[in-house]
Amino acid sequence: MAIEIQPERLQEPGGREPSDLPRTRPWWARPAVHTGLLGAVIGYLFGHWLGNFIGGGYRQAVLGDQNDLAIVLGYVFGTIGWLAGLGIFNDLGRFLAGKPFPEVTHEPAGGLARYFRFTLDHKVVGIQYLVGMIIYFLTGGLFAMAIRTELLSPASHVLGPGVYLEVVGEHGTMMMMMMSSVVLGPFGQYLAPLMIGSKRMAFPRLEALGFWLTPAAFVILLSAVLWGGFPTGWTGYADLSVQATQGMDAYLVAFGLMGISMILAGFNIIATIICYRAPGMRWSRLPIFVWSMFTVSFLQVLAAPVLVAGFYMTITDRTVQTAFFTPDLGGSTYLYEDLFWFFGHPEVYILALPGFGIVSEILPVFCRRPLFGYKVGAAGMFGVAILSFFVWQHHLFDSGIDPDMRPLFMLTTELISIPTGFIYLTAMGTFWKAKIRLTVPMLFALGMYFNFLIGGISGVFLSDVPADTTAHGSFFVMAHFHYTIMGGLMFAFMAGLYYWLPKMTGIRLNERLGKIQFWTMFIFFNSTFLPLFALGNMGMPRRVFEYARNLQTLNDWVSVSAFCLGGSILIFLINVVWSTVIARVPETGNPWNSRGLEWQVSSPPPPENFARIPVVLSGPYEYGVKNALPVADLNPPPGLIASALASSGTEA
Amino acid sequence: MSLRSRIAVLAIAFAAVVAGGFFVVVHYLLGPTPQTVDFTAGHASGQPVNMTIMTDPVNDVSGTPDWVSYFVQSPQTGQWMHSTTWQLPAHTRINVTAYEFDTCDPLRNQYWGKVTGTVGDVMQVSGEAAGVNGTVSVVNSNTTCGVAHTFTVPGLGLNVPFEGVLYTASNQCTHGPCAMSTTHTVTKFSFVTPGPGSYRWQCFIPCGLATDDGNGHAMSTLGFMTGFLQVVA
Amino acid sequence: MAAATEAGAAAGRPEPRHGVRIAVIWLVLAVAADLVIWFVWGPHMPPGNMSTSAADQQFDFNVLSVIAAPVMLAVFIYFGYALTMWRQRPGDEEDGPGHLRGEARVQAAWIIVTSAIVLGLAGFGTYELIAPAGAGAGEGPQPIWKPAGVNTSSLTSWVPNTKNILQVQVIAQQWLFTYRYPQFGGMETTQLELPVGQPVEFHVTSLDVIHSFWAIQLGVKADANPFLDNVAYTTPEHTGGFTVRCDELCGIWHGAMYNYGSVVPVTAFQSWVKATETRLAALTKTLPPFALVYTPNEISGLAKFYYQAGLPGAGGQYYGPQDPEQP
Repeated sequence: MAIEIQPERLQEPGGREPSDLPRTRPWWARPAVHTGLLGAVIGYLFGHWLGNFIGGGYRQAVLGDQNDLAIVLGYVFGTIGWLAGLGIFNDLGRFLAGKPFPEVTHEPAGGLARYFRFTLDHKVVGIQYLVGMIIYFLTGGLFAMAIRTELLSPASHVLGPGVYLEVVGEHGTMMMMMMSSVVLGPFGQYLAPLMIGSKRMAFPRLEALGFWLTPAAFVILLSAVLWGGFPTGWTGYADLSVQATQGMDAYLVAFGLMGISMILAGFNIIATIICYRAPGMRWSRLPIFVWSMFTVSFLQVLAAPVLVAGFYMTITDRTVQTAFFTPDLGGSTYLYEDLFWFFGHPEVYILALPGFGIVSEILPVFCRRPLFGYKVGAAGMFGVAILSFFVWQHHLFDSGIDPDMRPLFMLTTELISIPTGFIYLTAMGTFWKAKIRLTVPMLFALGMYFNFLIGGISGVFLSDVPADTTAHGSFFVMAHFHYTIMGGLMFAFMAGLYYWLPKMTGIRLNERLGKIQFWTMFIFFNSTFLPLFALGNMGMPRRVFEYARNLQTLNDWVSVSAFCLGGSILIFLINVVWSTVIARVPETGNPWNSRGLEWQVSSPPPPENFARIPVVLSGPYEYGVKNALPVADLNPPPGLIASALASSGTEA
Repeated sequence: MSLRSRIAVLAIAFAAVVAGGFFVVVHYLLGPTPQTVDFTAGHASGQPVNMTIMTDPVNDVSGTPDWVSYFVQSPQTGQWMHSTTWQLPAHTRINVTAYEFDTCDPLRNQYWGKVTGTVGDVMQVSGEAAGVNGTVSVVNSNTTCGVAHTFTVPGLGLNVPFEGVLYTASNQCTHGPCAMSTTHTVTKFSFVTPGPGSYRWQCFIPCGLATDDGNGHAMSTLGFMTGFLQVVA
Repeated sequence: MAAATEAGAAAGRPEPRHGVRIAVIWLVLAVAADLVIWFVWGPHMPPGNMSTSAADQQFDFNVLSVIAAPVMLAVFIYFGYALTMWRQRPGDEEDGPGHLRGEARVQAAWIIVTSAIVLGLAGFGTYELIAPAGAGAGEGPQPIWKPAGVNTSSLTSWVPNTKNILQVQVIAQQWLFTYRYPQFGGMETTQLELPVGQPVEFHVTSLDVIHSFWAIQLGVKADANPFLDNVAYTTPEHTGGFTVRCDELCGIWHGAMYNYGSVVPVTAFQSWVKATETRLAALTKTLPPFALVYTPNEISGLAKFYYQAGLPGAGGQYYGPQDPEQP
C-alpha cells in the first residue's frame, strides 16, 4: 500500500526556523492537566445546571431528591471540558479555521512536562498509559483488600451491607473497566510502531484522546462513592441499575467513556498495523505481540459499541423514562443481559489476548529458539477473537433462556478452548531443547502459563451446563476469572514491564526485588485464589457479605493470603519507584539480546523512532537459525524506498 | 532542577494527591456508619424491654428529606433518634409500640400482611386507621386502608404490618420526627429475642418513590427503612 | 515430539529420549491422579448427591476432573522437565537449535487431540444436560427436558407416586424468597419442605429485580426474572436439610437473602402441608390467584393507587402502561 508522505510543517506562530522547537511557551501557559482540570470543573457546573434546567421539575427528581439528568450531564460536560482544557480540540479548531497545525509526531528528548499534556508522540502516550494503569490497578487492589477484610467474618461486619456492595462494585469495575487497556495502552501504543518499523501512529490524536479519557473515567468512577456507590457490581444488571441511586450514573458514564477510549485506540492500532509497516515487514514476519494487538483492536472496535449502546439505554431509562429494561412498561431485563454480555465476553478476551501476546513474544528471547508454531499461534489469536462473539450466552445458562440454545453455546464455549490452548503449544514447542534463561520477565511469563492453565481449565468446567449449574454466580467463577485475568494478564503485564522498561525509559528495574516480587506474588496469588474453587462449590455466592459459618476458616485463609498478596504488590510499587526515581540504573542498548526490531534502536528510542525507515530482512524469532539474516537494515541506501514506491506504486 | 529532583518532586506530589484521594474515599465509605441505640444498658436480666419506634413519611434530619424513615425513642433520653440499628438483650421479651404516621398502600405481596413471630402471632392496632382495629393477625391491604410499612426480621421469622393513615386524612405529619398531635396509628406487639447475633430487618412495602419497583432509596439505605437488631448476651 | 527426538538421535550423540521420559512420568502421575480423583475425592465432590440433579452435577464434576487432571499434568510435567533439562548453563552464550524437523506434525497432532477432547466434552455435557431432566438448571418458561413419566395434569391437588408432578412456585422479591404451593390451595409460606423421592417442578419468578434461586444441596439454580416463569426440575433422593441462597446480586441484602429448607419423608410432608394450609387459610384468601407470573403492581393494586395519588416513578412503573405520565 502506498502512503502519501506529508511534509512536516512547523506551527505558526511559534518556531519559524526548522531547528526551532515547535512550541516555545512555558509549560504552565500551554494546555496541560491544569487547564484540563479547570475545564472539567467549568464543564461539570455547566452540565449540572443544564440537567437541572431540563429535568429539575420532573416529579421523579422532586420526589426522590435526586436528579440523575443533572449528574449525567454534569459528568459528560465535565469530560468535554477536561478534554477541551487539555487542548484536544485545538487542532480541530485550527483545521476548521483554515490555519496550519503541526504534524510533528515526536517530542524532542528530555523534559517531564510533555507527560502531562496532549501529545502526538506515541512513546509519550505509552508512558502516560503506563503510569495511569499502575495507578488504576493499585486503586482497584485497595478495594480488594477492603473486600477481604469484610469477608474475614460471616457475622461481625466491618463494612455495612450497602458499603460492602459499593466496594465490590468499585473493585470489579476499576479492574474490568480500566484494565482493559493495561497492555494495549502502555505496550501496544509504545511498541507497535517500533515493532513494525514505523515512525508514527496512523491517528496520533485519536490515540492521545483515548488516553486522556481514562483519567476522566477513573475520577468519575471513584466519585460514585460520594453518592453512596452503585449496588450492581461491575455487570450493572437491569433493573437493579434503574432502581439504584446516583452512584449508578457515575458507573454508567465512566464505563461509557472507557468504551469510547477502547474504540478509538482500536481504530488507531488497526490502521497503523495495516498501513505503516516498514518495507519487508510482511504479515508472516510480524511479531506475535503485534498480532495480539491487532486482534484485540478488532475486538475492541466491534464489541465496545454494544456496551456504549447498552449503557446509553440504561441512562435514558434512569433519566427520561424510556423503557428498554424496565419490565413494568414492557421492557426486558434480558435485553440488558444480552447486550452487556455480547460485549462482556469479547471484553475478557480483550483482557486475555494481550497477555498471550506478551508471553509469546518474551519466550523466544529467553529460550534462544524460534517461536514454535508461529502461524498457528497467530491463527489461534484470530480464532479466539472470532469465536468470542459466539459464546456470550454461557453467562446466561441458568437465566431462563431458550433451553435449546444451551447445547449450542456449550459447544462454542468448548470450541474456544482449542485456539486458547495454542499458546501452550507454542510455549512447549519453544522449550524443546532450548537454552532457558530464568530472568525476571521469564519467571513472570512462566507464572502466567501456570496460572492461566488453571484458569482456562476451570473455564472448561464452567462451559459444561450441569457443572455450571453448581458453579454459576459462585466463588468458583470468581476463582476462574481471577486466575485467567490476574494470574494471566497481570503476570504477563509484569513480564512485559520488566522486559520492556529498559527500552521505554533506559532504566532497568531492580532484579533482586523483581525476583522477590515474583515469588511472593506467585505463591500468595495461588494461595489466595485456589481455595475459592472449593468455596464456590460449597455454596458461597458472589458479592455476599455473609456466608455459611462452616466456610469461615477457608475465608480467613484466603483473606490473609490476599493481604500478603497486597504486600507483594507493594514490593512491586517500591521497586518501580526506587528504580525509576532514586536508583535510575541506566540500561541502554539491548540487554536481553533480543532480535526484536524495537531493540535495534537505542533505549529509549530516538524521538523519531528510526532515523530512516528500516528495511526488514527477516523474522524476529530466528534464534539459532544458521545463516539467519539480521532482522532489519536500519540504514538502507538513500532513495531506496522512494524509488521502489515510484516504480511499483504498491509496497511489496 | 536536575531531572532526578524534578522526578522526586513529582513523585511526592503524586503521593500527596493519592493520599488525599484515599482519605476522601475512605471517609465517604466508612463515614456513614449507623449509630446504635442501646437497649441493654441498665437492663436487668429477665425483665422485658420496652421499645418505641415510629415510621415517618418525611424526615428533617438528613440530606434526603423526602425519604420515608424510621425513628426510635432512645431509652436513655427519650429523644427520637434517626437510627435503625438497635441493640437488644438476648432471650428477652421485647414489647414494641410502633407509631405509624405514613399513609397506607397496598402490599405488593399479600403474604406480608400476616403477623408472624410475635407472641400469639397477633398485634394490637388502634388509632384513626381506616383498617381493622383491635387484635389483628392478618391485614388484607386490598380491602382495608392497607399497610403503611412492615417490620420484618427474617432471621426471627418476625413480620408485623403497620396499618397506615388514610391518604385523605387531615392533619398529616409534614416534618419528621413527627409530632404525636398529627394523625397516626398505633401498633403494639411483643416478641422474644433468641441468642446473640446480628439480625437484619427490612420493610416489604416498596416506598422508594421514583425508583424502579420502589425498592431503592430509603428501602436500601441503612438508617431509613432497613437496619439491624444486634442481640447481645 | 518423537520426530524431534529422532532428529537429535540422528546427529550421532546419545541424546536422551525426552519424549519417552516425559510420557512415562506423565502416564504414571496421570493414572494415580485419576484414581485418587474418581475413588477418593469423587464421592465427596460438591454438590453431593442429595437429589438427582445434584448427583448429576457431581458426576459431571468428577468426569471433568478426571479428564482435566491428565491435561494439566501433561503441561506442568513438560514445563518442569524443560526447566530442569534445558536450562542455560552459566557461561553458555550460544543460542538453542533453530527450527527442528517434524514441527508441522506436532502442531497437527496437538490440534487433533485437543479438538477431540473438547468435542467429546461438548457431547458429554449435552447428554448430561438432557438425560436427567435438565440437570436442575432453569429452563425458561417452556422447558423441554422434563423428568420421565410425569406431567402437570392437576394444578389443584397432588398425591405421591402418580404421574402428577409436585409444583412449587418460588417467588423472589427484595429480599426474601417465598414459596407457593398451587396444589394445596395456593398457600404461600416462607418454609420450603419437599417430599423425598418425588419429582418437583420449580417455577421461579420475581416481583422486582433479577434474583436467582439456588438450592445448593439440591443442585437447582434458576434465575428469578420479573414477568418470567423459569422452570427447573429435580427429584430429592435423601432426606435432610438444604440451604437456599440468592445467587444474583439484587441489592443491599443480597448476601443475607437465604433460607433453609428440608427434604422429609412423604407422609411427614403431607401432614405438614395440610397443617400449614389450614393455619394459613385466612392469609390465602387475601392472596391473588395463583399465576405463573405476576404483574407486581397490578396484582396488588399499587398501580391504581399510585396513579390516583399522582405519584410516578422512574420508568413510571407505579402504574400500568396504559396510563402514561410525565416523568
